[in-house]
Amino acid sequence: MKYIDEYRDGEIARKIADEIRRVQTRPWVIMEVCGGQTNAIVKHGLDQLLPEAMELVHGPGCPVCVTSLELIDKAHAIARRPGVIFCSFGDMLRVPGSETDLFNLKSQGADVRVVYSPLDCLKIARENPEKKVVFFAIGFETTAPANAMSVWQARQLGMRNYSILVSHVLVPPALEAILQSPHNRVRGFLAPGHVCAIAGARDYRRISARYKVPIVITGFEPLDILEGVLLVVKQLESGRTEVENQYARAVRNEGNRPAQNLVEQVFEVCDRKWRGVGEIPASGFKLREEFRDYDAERLFDVAKIDTKEPEVCISGLILQGIKKPHDCPAFGTECTPRHPLGATMVSAEGACAAYYAYGRHS
Amino acid sequence: MCLAVPGKVLEVREENELRMAKVQYGEIVRDACLACVPEAEAGDYVIVHAGFAISKLDAQEAERTYELLREMGAGP
Repeated sequence: MKYIDEYRDGEIARKIADEIRRVQTRPWVIMEVCGGQTNAIVKHGLDQLLPEAMELVHGPGCPVCVTSLELIDKAHAIARRPGVIFCSFGDMLRVPGSETDLFNLKSQGADVRVVYSPLDCLKIARENPEKKVVFFAIGFETTAPANAMSVWQARQLGMRNYSILVSHVLVPPALEAILQSPHNRVRGFLAPGHVCAIAGARDYRRISARYKVPIVITGFEPLDILEGVLLVVKQLESGRTEVENQYARAVRNEGNRPAQNLVEQVFEVCDRKWRGVGEIPASGFKLREEFRDYDAERLFDVAKIDTKEPEVCISGLILQGIKKPHDCPAFGTECTPRHPLGATMVSAEGACAAYYAYGRHS
Repeated sequence: MCLAVPGKVLEVREENELRMAKVQYGEIVRDACLACVPEAEAGDYVIVHAGFAISKLDAQEAERTYELLREMGAGP
């Protein structure tokens, strides 16, 4: 496919890896923030092409992985209600809550549906006027415009049987939390290209300047990722710390203004709890007051939830780049994609699921 | 989750006051909302996430990046 295949050339990939080897004089730890990049790295074995002293650690950029257990449990409570059609991206179905997952609820008779786009939910809501259609609106900045548009459209069309359960998270506060951690080893970042396509480079400039860390906005194909690594290494070796844009074919400096305006009208920033990590101030979106009628958390009074995480799961440390999946005693034994203990084993973008799928057991 | 795929805009239409398009990815054609990429027309490539175009692909930048990479690949 155009704009994909040409960025997968194995010969060029090896040459870029050679160039990284030539430039690099000492060990560096770089984090790729987005789970899509983690998946590409493990799938194409890009980390194995790189010099040994070049360590890639996997970041928190997997919304399925970081959605808090309280919200997952809330989703399950709502999906169980009679008269509800609960819609979700497919990745969420196997995410374990305290007691069950959406897939099990579906098999027990709950009306749980997988959608490709939040806009599909409006069609479902129109076709089922007697039902309440709830969409599990998870995602980073990339997904916020689509989710916002579904609510915006529902209001435009006067629909009253559609609402969203919001679990929106933002990348920059998570990067700052990582950089402020006393355990931090990360010296440079591959920033998530599609998040930046929406949000632009501004927040990353601020972070790069404040923490003196190179940040390269990077795409998702193998050559994109390798070039991103090369640009970070060049900065580290020469002592520069700035934001560069490897993914200029998709990312403008200012981001996508119409999308930013749409998001701004529907959502406002709030504190948010990240699964395995804890609460990060000003790290999420919630619906604005004028859209309260579309807020599933308000419409469905869910009783107090007592969450229960498996003690053995170290997904929080993996999401912060402190541990690798095979550091976990349950990895590949007690915890597998069929019986996941933590969300990082569920999503294709979770580091544990990627390591499991591509045989990285040690 | 932030998976987004470049596809070619085949035709643009209005639906419930929303700018929608048929977008082709290889053999597959699906609907996408163009509300946030108003400058995209038939023949352009857009990057689509969850049925929603998030960016119009800049063909010149794509060419420039690829040439750079190709030159690197042609090196010693």
